[in-house]
Amino acid sequence: MKRELALSNSISTPGVAAGRLPARTCEENFADLRPPLTAHEAAVAAARCYFCHDAPCVTACPTAIDIPLFVRQISTGTARAAAKTIFDRNILGGMCARACPTETLCEQACVRQAAEGKPVEIGRLQRFATDALMARDRHPYERAGPSGRRIAVVGAGPAGLACAHRLAMKGHAVTLFDARAKAGGLNEYGIASYKTVDRFAEREVEWLLGIGGIVLELGRRLGGGLTLDGLVDDYDAVFLGLGLAGVNALGVEEEAAENVRAAVDFIADLRQTSDLSTLPVGRHVVVIGGGMTAVDAAVQSKLLGAEDVAMVYRRGRDRMNASGFEQDHAASTGVRIITGARPVRVLGEGAVREVEFAYTEDGPDGLRDTGETFRLRADQVFKAIGQKLDGSPGGLALEGRKIRVTGPGRTSRKGVWAGGDCVAEGDDLVVTAVAQGRDAAEDIHAALMV
Amino acid sequence: MATLANDFLGIRSPNPFWLASGPPADKEYNVRRAFEAGWGGVVWKTLGEDGPPAVNVNGPRYGAVWGADRYVVGINNIELITDRPLELNLREIKAVKRDYPDRAVIVSLMVPCEEQAWRRILRQVEETGADGVELNFGCPHGMQERGMGAAVGQVPEYIEMVTRWVKAATRMPVIVKLTPNVADIRYAARASRVGGADAVSLINTVNSITSVDLDTFSPEPTIDGKGSHGGYAGPAIKPIGLHMVAEIARNPETADLPLSGIGGISTWRDAAEYIALGCGNVQVCTAAMVYGFRIVEEMIAGLRLWMEDKGYERLSDFQGRAVRNVTDWQHLNLNYTAKARIDQEVCIKCGRCYAACEDTSHQSIAIRENRVFEVIDAECVACNLCVITCPVEDCITMESLPVGAVDPRTGKVVEGYANWTTHPNNPEVGGEPPVS
Ligand SMILES: Cc1cc2nc3c(=O)[nH]c(=O)nc-3n(C[C@H](O)[C@H](O)[C@H](O)COP(=O)(O)OP(=O)(O)OC[C@H]3O[C@@H](n4cnc5c(N)ncnc54)[C@H](O)[C@@H]3O)c2cc1C
Ligand SMILES: Cc1cc2nc3c(=O)[nH]c(=O)nc-3n(C[C@H](O)[C@H](O)[C@H](O)COP(=O)(O)O)c2cc1C
Ligand code: SF4
Repeated sequence: MKRELALSNSISTPGVAAGRLPARTCEENFADLRPPLTAHEAAVAAARCYFCHDAPCVTACPTAIDIPLFVRQISTGTARAAAKTIFDRNILGGMCARACPTETLCEQACVRQAAEGKPVEIGRLQRFATDALMARDRHPYERAGPSGRRIAVVGAGPAGLACAHRLAMKGHAVTLFDARAKAGGLNEYGIASYKTVDRFAEREVEWLLGIGGIVLELGRRLGGGLTLDGLVDDYDAVFLGLGLAGVNALGVEEEAAENVRAAVDFIADLRQTSDLSTLPVGRHVVVIGGGMTAVDAAVQSKLLGAEDVAMVYRRGRDRMNASGFEQDHAASTGVRIITGARPVRVLGEGAVREVEFAYTEDGPDGLRDTGETFRLRADQVFKAIGQKLDGSPGGLALEGRKIRVTGPGRTSRKGVWAGGDCVAEGDDLVVTAVAQGRDAAEDIHAALMV
Repeated sequence: MATLANDFLGIRSPNPFWLASGPPADKEYNVRRAFEAGWGGVVWKTLGEDGPPAVNVNGPRYGAVWGADRYVVGINNIELITDRPLELNLREIKAVKRDYPDRAVIVSLMVPCEEQAWRRILRQVEETGADGVELNFGCPHGMQERGMGAAVGQVPEYIEMVTRWVKAATRMPVIVKLTPNVADIRYAARASRVGGADAVSLINTVNSITSVDLDTFSPEPTIDGKGSHGGYAGPAIKPIGLHMVAEIARNPETADLPLSGIGGISTWRDAAEYIALGCGNVQVCTAAMVYGFRIVEEMIAGLRLWMEDKGYERLSDFQGRAVRNVTDWQHLNLNYTAKARIDQEVCIKCGRCYAACEDTSHQSIAIRENRVFEVIDAECVACNLCVITCPVEDCITMESLPVGAVDPRTGKVVEGYANWTTHPNNPEVGGEPPVS
């Protein structure tokens, strides 16, 4: 019934509507952004690596994967050994191979980028290797003998998963709590669909849990049924990988108008919808923000069949958090990128119809309006101006608006560690969360085993 | 415009590029197409004596070593001489030579070590109008077990004897093809010369096993689970060929013996190098097998362009120009001193030079802040390893110190030419023996 209805719509159907594109087209639009390498392609790509001394790419990787070694292992026909090299440092090497903005990380540092503007395709090679090992039905790591210690990990996103895995490997008993119905954090609810096709996030979590020793408790919320005091009492250590559950407000008039949403909520719906032609999207979509979330919301709206998508950022292009690669990706999908404008008013009776913007100038004393304004038609508005921590859990000290940590994730409270987006260190990236989760686990282990 | 016209033993061809005896020149169909593509000549796939022809394996006869992106570094083969009837080959040779009088057609031969057998086949070859014969004393597999091919080429007395028979039996120019599977190529060349050969061609293929299948534990190429050593050819063997050619060219006993260079020639540049080491022309087999006949267009155009850039009008203008620079180690200038220089402008900071020098050479490269790699002159022995490992061409170069400068490594003043024969460490000079 729904499907028939969906098929009767098109890109020019007014308002917010599902089925703007036939299901087939939709499926094609959301196919793998960077398809896997074939064995021969991988061999050719791997042969380009110079096996640098103290390689700059390794330094550029937040998890410090030994890239030259794993690439050489691929070129000698041992992709599964290469995968082991990757997972030793980064247990979510599979997701990172898909989601990392390699153009600003390892591949930017590649000496062949300096030499000829064409880095070794580290991300795709990483995927080639990790896919090969993950296709085996055995988890590649074994647990150490039981340590007798119990650790609570709150948040089953990249930070929590990496932490839990490393702790389990060391023989500790881990309980992994998450408020949501599925584990994975933003891997499951946030990363753009075309970066993680075929339920990869879900499969990766299953594979990771294959280590054993991790009890997953979903629908359990810190601040809901769980308290930090309670966890500290019940467990030998606590790790918080809460991410940033809150969404920043625009702070403009009529923000509550219908069809004005947080981009992350739209994306979460999108990620949980199996037939994307059933997901409603506006004819005219306006996305506010200049980061990865804004790009993902804009691009995916376009791919769902929105006729006209504008992404509006208050500063210049050079200040956008989205990388050049992502900006190009948005532009090539047909997203209009408008910079130097901030929203001042959301217009419409009930549902949004237009957004008014003021042009801005970046001057010595910050951003100021030029006095000129314009309006964009909008059936749907996505706010992507950043996420924030939902209050300080258990009264931990904050820095800015995130949890303050020192060294490998130590919070202001003894016995409590934190990592990932919720802490005031590092970029908000999957790979950074993995590094922080892993390092906190090592620190917890060291602290418990003295 | 420079001319590539070639005169080898009075055999004329429009260019010095001949197809070597092997699959590219094994039948009329191929040779006609090769000539249409522009090849200057062919050495026809080796013929055996009349009677039941040789048989080949009916499975893989080639194995290979690959580099990056399936670049074929070398091919080995266990193919025998022609497996087609003698009479058919002779008929085809005649027809081709009749239709391409300006191209060189040489017939490669391998018959048992009996004078009558050689006389018989030479008479038959003469009737085809072919320009000359090449005696295949080099095939390393299959035939030598029957007392032919390398079995002859590895014994200088046999080379001399058979060459003498052949020269006595024919007025055609006689080229003796040498095998590299010997300790010192000069003996074979000298024997050819004494036997009366008009020229030698070299090298034939190198004994080899290209790889071992780690599932079946059989060598490649594999026939029903077993393998046999085959002859290695292609780019990998060029250094061996160049060395052997040079040894013959600089040996006073054979210095005037014409040479046809073979082994790993794939580009105009390879050909030019063989010619610079004294060869009158060159032969190509593997490169044609991997890329097809059309590569000769690149070879012709490339060699001509280079000659024109250099102002050479004919091949003889540069033929043999490198021979006098090949010498024995004890005559090298031991006072010559160089240092590696890294061009920071083009350095991409990969650090391969550092790893190489630090781990396996003289610890002469320092890493400064921001991955700036610098040569420590006081340590550098100018071994060239950093130049070899550097992925950027001309980023690391060798700079020689002028006479009179001080070498920071030894603290000694660089002097003019002096070699080992007068070096104080040379026991024969009366100094201290070198410490080992
Ligand atoms: C739309 C979008 C696209 C992105 N794209 C990329 C990309 O392409 N590449 C990239 O590297 N990064 C990307 N990121 C960033 C990346 O997803 C995050 O940096 C990363 O997921 C952070 O991991 P984390 O474990 O700290 O937090 P999260 O992934 O947010 O996981 C936190 C988990 O904690 C749970 N949780 C939160 N509060 C509680 C509580 N009180 N009690 C119990 N559980 C709780 C949540 O349910 C969630 O499962 C993107 C982010 C967004 C929003
Ligand atoms: C498959 C194959 C078959 C060959 N057959 C013969 C042959 O019958 N007679 C001969 O004299 N040389 C034969 N050779 C050797 C070539 O003529 C040549 O000497 C050798 O391959 C080196 O040259 P290249 O590196 O250009 O291939 C053969 C080589 C190959 C690869
Ligand atoms: S030439 Fe040899 S010793 Fe000198 S810097 Fe290079 S590698 Fe080191």
